[in-house]
Amino acid sequence: MNHFLSTEDTTRQELTELLDDADSFVEVLARPMPKVPALRGKTVATMFFEPSTRTKLSFEKAAKALSADTMSFSPSTSSLSKGESLKDTVLTVQAMGTDAMVVRHKATGAPWRVAEWVDQPVLNAGDGAHQHPTQALLDALTIRQRFGTLDGLRIGIVGDIRHSRVARSDVFAFNTLGAEVTMVAPKTLLPTQIDGWPATASEDLDEVLTELDVVYLLRVQSERGGASVFPSLAEYTTRYGMTMQRFSQLKPDTVVLHPGPMNRGVEIAAEVADDDRSLILEQVANGVAVRMAVLFRLLGGEHDE
Amino acid sequence: MDPGDIERALTRMAHEILERNRGAAGVLLVGIHTRGVPLAERLAKAIERIEGTWIPWGSLDIGLYRDDLDTRPKTELGKTEVPEPLDGATVVLVDDVLYTGRTIRAALDALADLGRPERVQLAVLIDRGHRELPIRPDYIGKNLPTAHDERVTVHVAEIDDADGVEIEPGGNP
Repeated sequence: MNHFLSTEDTTRQELTELLDDADSFVEVLARPMPKVPALRGKTVATMFFEPSTRTKLSFEKAAKALSADTMSFSPSTSSLSKGESLKDTVLTVQAMGTDAMVVRHKATGAPWRVAEWVDQPVLNAGDGAHQHPTQALLDALTIRQRFGTLDGLRIGIVGDIRHSRVARSDVFAFNTLGAEVTMVAPKTLLPTQIDGWPATASEDLDEVLTELDVVYLLRVQSERGGASVFPSLAEYTTRYGMTMQRFSQLKPDTVVLHPGPMNRGVEIAAEVADDDRSLILEQVANGVAVRMAVLFRLLGGEHDE
Repeated sequence: MDPGDIERALTRMAHEILERNRGAAGVLLVGIHTRGVPLAERLAKAIERIEGTWIPWGSLDIGLYRDDLDTRPKTELGKTEVPEPLDGATVVLVDDVLYTGRTIRAALDALADLGRPERVQLAVLIDRGHRELPIRPDYIGKNLPTAHDERVTVHVAEIDDADGVEIEPGGNP
């Protein structure tokens, strides 16, 4: 593994090894001194060409907990506003002596282009509506901590799947790890071609609700056109929101996940978000551990080039 | 060493640990991944047999503390479960083979991040020499002089089906 760009081409073994390492990093992060020297002397650049709070902070915390230095880049204050190209920007940053780049970009495939240009590991922190592989890893880790395995679990991903890189990354990762995935959304928010997705689709949440072990709620993404393809937020909540009424119909050990940021009262009722069976804060905490696992995998140890 | 030799060596080391520390009070055993862990457990059981007191033992993975991460193949990380509290305890690090001393150097760093033991001692089943750092064991199962390019492998029943120590000739002329 020289880069970490997508969950579509990672094997079950690779995912499992990353999750196993992440378990160790969960333990490291729980120590009174939550820092290890594994990546001392390495520099990780976080290049976020699109706004982000949690993913960027999470990667920075992960790098620092491994004793790597971090450099960050935000497009509004950079030479991008002077018209510098993506390629020149990443080559400039690389020339300052970075060892790995974490890239988020609104354009699908941008991290792959960056990986061609630079000669260091590239980590995809989200490209357009395409992939966000570390999110899938943290989701898988959160589920595995609760159930011990993903094998045989029924996982429903509910909401704006068409515009969601989280959904895409999750569907492939969960499937590779042995879960049965159902995508639940109105036709307008399902992928245009479901054929290539290792999942089944349903337009009726209530029909599948009681069979699910995990309900993964997606955010209604107004910035990616998610709101415009739906008549109203109230109608979305009525048909696809995790209301208390729906929550009470779930199997007793079924858990609820959400990638954040939440729209309380839209896709998830506030009481559900705060329930013990909602693992949303566990997801955030696990984000640091899985990013440590990926950084350690790519930077700690001999490279097979 | 055959399984009987290993068991006798561990029993002697357990006696030595008790003698040096005047009993088992305040002593913790910490096995270094991978094969130090079952050895620590066995030493703890031997001490229990001799002294009649249970002594805490745990495991330490030093993969994140190595100084040669850039040049060695990536290995899986193991579990770190160290008995609490380390502060003020006498920690006996347990490993299968002592060679360059770099693993122990890393283990000392890892321990320091977990707490502040009053003292740290080192127990190894095999000391094969060739130290690269000023590190010496307190308890030794067997001194085994080797050539630099030989490989010494300890097998433990918990992981490898049977106990044993194997020396393979070096590949380099």
